[in-house]
Amino acid sequence: MLARRPASIFVVARAELHAPNQEKALLETAVNLLVPFASDDGEFHGPTINEFFPPAIFFPDTPFEMNRIILIRFIAVAVMMLLFWAGTRRMQIVPTRLQSLVEMGLDLVRVNIAEDLLGKKDGKRFLPLITTIFFMVLFMNLTGVIPFLNIAGTSVIGVPLVLALVAYAAFLYAGIKKHPGKFFRNSLFPPGVPPVLYIIVTPIEFVSTFLIRPVTLTLRLLMNMVVGHLLLVLFFAATQFFFFTADGGFKLFGVGTLAFGFVFTLFELLVATLQAYVFALLTAVYIQLALADEH
Amino acid sequence: MLHSVIAAAAEAEEAVNPLIPAIYDIIWSSFVFVIILLFFWKLVLPRMQKLLDDRAEAIEGNIAKADDAQRKAEAALEQYTAQLAAARVEAGQIREQARADGQQIVSELREQASSDAARILATAKTQIEAEHQAAITSLRSEVGTLALDLASGVIGESLNDDARASAIVDRFLADIESSENSAPSAGKH
Repeated sequence: MLARRPASIFVVARAELHAPNQEKALLETAVNLLVPFASDDGEFHGPTINEFFPPAIFFPDTPFEMNRIILIRFIAVAVMMLLFWAGTRRMQIVPTRLQSLVEMGLDLVRVNIAEDLLGKKDGKRFLPLITTIFFMVLFMNLTGVIPFLNIAGTSVIGVPLVLALVAYAAFLYAGIKKHPGKFFRNSLFPPGVPPVLYIIVTPIEFVSTFLIRPVTLTLRLLMNMVVGHLLLVLFFAATQFFFFTADGGFKLFGVGTLAFGFVFTLFELLVATLQAYVFALLTAVYIQLALADEH
Repeated sequence: MLHSVIAAAAEAEEAVNPLIPAIYDIIWSSFVFVIILLFFWKLVLPRMQKLLDDRAEAIEGNIAKADDAQRKAEAALEQYTAQLAAARVEAGQIREQARADGQQIVSELREQASSDAARILATAKTQIEAEHQAAITSLRSEVGTLALDLASGVIGESLNDDARASAIVDRFLADIESSENSAPSAGKH
């Protein structure tokens, strides 16, 4: 969805450009952002999917291989833990600035997500999980717009997938624990439906409840972060290209791409927060559905 | 141009599929997740819970304190009101008492004054009576002597004979007394 806008901008730009190199570069970018391509010096370097698979830094070719993105995740987690550790070190009834900031964050999850959807009792049970998901996603998303890090820790499938599986496990756990023996039957054969309709309903329920949920959780977060990163790289690479490689009047396009890069940086901040919220919220919603009395 | 697109597409075949997770990616993601989960579960959220409990307790404590203070103030007010009412009653009683006392004092004084007056009157009467008697007695002796002296002079006869003299005087005085006794009665009639 985000790819449409810049593509159309570049298509318009293409009509006014006649330099074959630029035309080729822009067309390739418009055709497929994910397709990597080789280019010589002096040509436009578009972002490729290989952005997300940088070379290994530590332990190459082992299961514990570390590349730049893994290290960025560690940095994000370290900063987060430091912040929360310092903010909760000396809890006072009248909070200091850092404490009230940390409290605000924790209260957002506790009140607006956990207690709102699950109620006080169940909200408290699943609060550690939901809090972890929210802040892990948030801090790893934010590295996408932090200078020198510049890529979201969630833009490689590992984190979204692990978190989605955890959310899925929590959903199954909540359902089985609350309705032992009846959870799967009631989920797949919802009561109150004529038995004949189970031929249609059951496969739909199975796919939507047990297959689609973890997949959508993973892909929503992953793709938002991937596309966000590619967009920012595209805008800033184009700015670089227009300013320092293009001739004469084309340098002006750099101003436009820079402005878009700026706007999309702010937009990425919004997306980072929103995706963290959505992920935590959906986890809570799935748990709530599993706990619901219809089961 | 077309060639380059095809070339790029061909190269994409070799590119990594972003949807297939690498093992190291899953391992490190899980590792990080477990660390954060433990961090929130065992450290941050208990601290937060403790803070919330403390805060609730503090608020409840303050409310209880305020309630207590209000109860005390109400009790004090009640006490003062009661004291004030008692004082008013007492003042009324004292006033009544004072009025009664005053009346009693006045009546006592009046009684005493009238009795004093009566006593003084009686004393005066007695004194007057005594003086009257004394005057009569002294008059009797003096008048007798004077009368004898006068009569001696007049008749030139010595009334030395005591017996005769006293007889004369007694007769004289009896005459005076009788005239005295008859005079007022004669005056009345």
